[in-house]
Amino acid sequence: MNEIRIQIDGKEVRVGEGMTVLEGAQSAGITIPKLCHHDKLVPFGGCRLCIVEVGNGVSAKLVVSCVYPVEENLVVRTRSEKIDRIRKTILELLLAHAPNSPELQVLAREYGADKDRFEKEASFCIHCGLCVRYCNEVKKLNAVGFVDRGIRKEIAFIPGIAARECKNCMECFPLCPTSYLQAAFVLIEALAFSTTSSGTASTE
Amino acid sequence: MTIDIDRIDQIIDMHQCEASSLIQVLLEIQGENHWLPKEALDRVSEKLQVPLSRTMHIASFYKAFSLVPKGRHEVHICMGTACHVRGAKRILETVEDLTGIKPGETDADMKFSLETVNCLGCCALGPVMEINGKAHGKISVSETAAVLERYE
Repeated sequence: MNEIRIQIDGKEVRVGEGMTVLEGAQSAGITIPKLCHHDKLVPFGGCRLCIVEVGNGVSAKLVVSCVYPVEENLVVRTRSEKIDRIRKTILELLLAHAPNSPELQVLAREYGADKDRFEKEASFCIHCGLCVRYCNEVKKLNAVGFVDRGIRKEIAFIPGIAARECKNCMECFPLCPTSYLQAAFVLIEALAFSTTSSGTASTE
Repeated sequence: MTIDIDRIDQIIDMHQCEASSLIQVLLEIQGENHWLPKEALDRVSEKLQVPLSRTMHIASFYKAFSLVPKGRHEVHICMGTACHVRGAKRILETVEDLTGIKPGETDADMKFSLETVNCLGCCALGPVMEINGKAHGKISVSETAAVLERYE
């Protein structure tokens, strides 16, 4: 792989061509916060927490580093007042859904996010898609997927597949930033597994 | 389920079992059957080799698809701005009273399904009630019952 030079936070680093800014920063040992990124998965750009500023002066713009490819002489800033303010708001919005997630709380402390800024809407899922994508891309089992859209979007297990495969896998459980996944699994197990095994499966 | 598996297979075959035709296949089944039963989604997933989780994602994403049975007559009441100022809310309340269902529901005899829509594109006719694609424009509360009675 060809190497190209980019600048991250004033430091010259050499990164592989075709990498994303986030991967480039990781390879140079620079941390960018993220919730929906996983090394084994195709970049998703869902949580927007890895937002960084690229370019200089008037041409500077905000990009999501997990889906932005590196280019020669790219100048990247991973922390600034503006970026921190955006990350703080993103965290506050996510905390309205999952106020007690340890992963979110650690980030909230770092960025000074107030978990009570927005009215609580405890859906617990922050739509990072890690479970859905891991099951699809790595395990190729497709036991869990997204249903519906917009404010009603949620993860849902397919009872027929989940009853057969999940007990032996559960690899997506530790990926979940809020632990909602485990709760959703226990719920579907209680509601739909027994009917699935007797042959009257339901996706409801 | 009213649509049979053979008919679903026929529709899928018309699209050469291409996974990229998923939405088109679902639209055709929806068009004939007015809703997508679980058996249909299972069959489409199996034949097109698309995971059921993805089929469900798509079928639940688009408002054109219904995952619950629909009545024989689909009533759409326009709640757009022009219809709103001309009293669409009263028309909706009247239809709710007459049919006993709320938007998104179907009555027990499977006669009517009720939906609100945000604009039907014929604002000059407001308030508009559309039944099975036929627009009933400039409708009044008193006319609503007479229009609904025409449908069996």
